[in-house]
Amino acid sequence: MSQTNIIPDFVMRRSFIELNGRARAQSLFDEGTWKELVGPFDRIESPWLPMQGIAPQSDDGCIVIKGKIGGSAAVAIAFEGAFQGGSVGEVSGAKMTAALDLATKDSESGRPTAAVLLLETGGVRLQEANLGLAAVAEVISSILALRQHAPVITIIAGTVGCFGGMSLAAGVSSYTIMTREARLGLNGPEVIEQESGIDEFDASDRALIWAIHGGEQRVGMGLADTLVEDDSEKIAAAVRSYIRAGVPIEHRSRQVKLYRDRIAALDTSQQIDPATLRHQWGNSTGGAR
Amino acid sequence: MERIEFDYPEAKRRVTRKAHVGVVGSGDMEVLLEPSLGEGAHVFITTSVDGFRDAWKAVFDRFFSKFDGAVRIDINDAGATPGSVLLRLEQAVEVIEQ
Repeated sequence: MSQTNIIPDFVMRRSFIELNGRARAQSLFDEGTWKELVGPFDRIESPWLPMQGIAPQSDDGCIVIKGKIGGSAAVAIAFEGAFQGGSVGEVSGAKMTAALDLATKDSESGRPTAAVLLLETGGVRLQEANLGLAAVAEVISSILALRQHAPVITIIAGTVGCFGGMSLAAGVSSYTIMTREARLGLNGPEVIEQESGIDEFDASDRALIWAIHGGEQRVGMGLADTLVEDDSEKIAAAVRSYIRAGVPIEHRSRQVKLYRDRIAALDTSQQIDPATLRHQWGNSTGGAR
Repeated sequence: MERIEFDYPEAKRRVTRKAHVGVVGSGDMEVLLEPSLGEGAHVFITTSVDGFRDAWKAVFDRFFSKFDGAVRIDINDAGATPGSVLLRLEQAVEVIEQ
């Protein structure tokens, strides 16, 4: 038996989840084509965190990298989930918005530039509440402007997941790539439990959380597009194929009637379980196409 | 939150490269290491844990007993232990000297 048969694939593969935000973004680009914009040595830090006794980070947890993916111009915007839960503050939000707007400007002047969002984030940074909320609004309007010209691709790999305001950014993006380990939801499990009680949602029940927010369920329901393994090469290949595919004919977030009808058709007289929902919604008419 | 500064005027060897390692996550920190603009080495620490100036001083005294580069070091710290601090510093040195 050869060595490749003895060693299973998951030992040989290069994990994406184990990379930090910067390395994740770098791993998507064609070799030698990328450079980081407003990097750590520019020291654009949050002015608000030190006022509240919290050490800031030199890139505010947001990494912007411009380069080529599969030969096409692209910009990647990554949130570092280990810093303040990947939260969106004034600086990180402004970096993301500016990068998206520059991509739109390039695309409008005949150089289509796709955006890849690597979202490991709990949403708005509570210490910068109003500025974070304003940033989410700006980010969403910038995505809507860019996605007419070039695809906006969201990657949610885990393990933080994508929640709060940034789940809306994932919702309006052209394509969403998830792993089995990733989670996507507007309200996180602990927020639901805190607001509606443990009867509504038990945030310590990991099986329940992944049955509802997990990548497999989200892709199964058609609310995300591809389920990939935690493998850098497979994730990069998925991004390249979506950049090649270009702007979808109809974005998921434009299919208002389809989703309204689906919600109207739900039988709420009894508890809907995740498998039923996946069965009802998991057909080819949903999702980006 | 506390801001701490140290100077090591004996560290005079010229360096040319920069390094950025680590993340400001719980029990960890980030290090920015770059050539110093003036003479000697300068250390600027921002830490969210107050009252450990002496421990920081001990770690940097040990670090600069072996390392002699004229560098500026900026640290944003979220509660790294002295052992983690030294490992992050050595990692940054590895980046600029590889």
